[in-house]
Amino acid sequence: MITAEQKPLQEIIGYIAPYGKILVVGCNECVTVCAAGGRKEVGLLASAIHLDRLKQGKTIDIKEITLERQCDPEYVEELVSSVGEVDAIVSMACGCGVQTIASRYKVPVFPAVNTKFMGASKSQGIWEERCQGCGDCMLGITGGICPVARCSKSLLNGPCGGTSDGQCEISPDTPCAWRLIWERLVELGIEDRYEELNMAKDWRPAGGAGPRRIIREDLA
Amino acid sequence: MENFEPEIVAFCCHYCAYTAADMAGSKRISYPSNVKIIRVPCTGKVDALHLMKALEKGADGVYVAGCLEGDCHFKNGNIRAKARVERVQKFLEELGWETERVTMLNMSAGMGEVFAKTAKEFTEKIKTLGPNPVKLRKTKAV
Repeated sequence: MITAEQKPLQEIIGYIAPYGKILVVGCNECVTVCAAGGRKEVGLLASAIHLDRLKQGKTIDIKEITLERQCDPEYVEELVSSVGEVDAIVSMACGCGVQTIASRYKVPVFPAVNTKFMGASKSQGIWEERCQGCGDCMLGITGGICPVARCSKSLLNGPCGGTSDGQCEISPDTPCAWRLIWERLVELGIEDRYEELNMAKDWRPAGGAGPRRIIREDLA
Repeated sequence: MENFEPEIVAFCCHYCAYTAADMAGSKRISYPSNVKIIRVPCTGKVDALHLMKALEKGADGVYVAGCLEGDCHFKNGNIRAKARVERVQKFLEELGWETERVTMLNMSAGMGEVFAKTAKEFTEKIKTLGPNPVKLRKTKAV
């Protein structure tokens, strides 16, 4: 999923300072799972904005809506009846959701979260990066552990000299991806695969050739 | 401000603090009537949103009273509640409010005296902080 974290409150409050009627829009997908922008977080943010305005002796009308998915125009269309009544929109979705709303409505849209990375849940409240969307998945030859996302240098053929006790030199909390890959290959009994060289990667599908697009002609 | 009587909301766990409040009553130990108790099945049931809404609606102070750490009837509800209280405190800090307006307390069902003592202490602390800024502004406007 796409992970995100709420922005500092003062930054959000700064965005909406000139406005008296705002719409806070959450998303039921990834940001709900990573507890950054779901229905509950929408309620908390609205409450915090209220507290701030009331302390200043001002008022603000806040409408709260959480869409099934903010990155699909069909769901964003559901805001049509509410948008006319507000001066600005605060989106708690990832950057994709914010942009989908911005492309549909002529109302200022502000992000309330910082979109982080494509990650997986390690345990309750902990998410770790697992994929960089390189467009040419090599998990099939690395034992299911991604060197692009999990090696700090995205090395393709074994670890660098910065490995220390199996951990990456950037932090003792970060395991060396190539140590993990080696252990996994040994576990699976296919360590001879480690000897196979990976050629230099074509980074164009990873975004090196500009914004990416998928067109499925059977669906489009 | 001399006559300021704060309104305090206390989310009390059924298995400990609520029973402790009952115990205080049975022992005829008085505690400030400012404290309005909301009984919850476990403090793990208390959401950050409940604490924020209480402040938004004008509570001068809010506390969550759960079991002693390690003694939660549902294993770790009080630990979760503590984390939520800290989250709300962080929100308040970012907003420039006094973080002491929201706090977490721990006690067992038999601690009637502790319930009364902490209720008094919290009430006194809120009295020194003054009214919820939300209420203050409303009063000024009137």
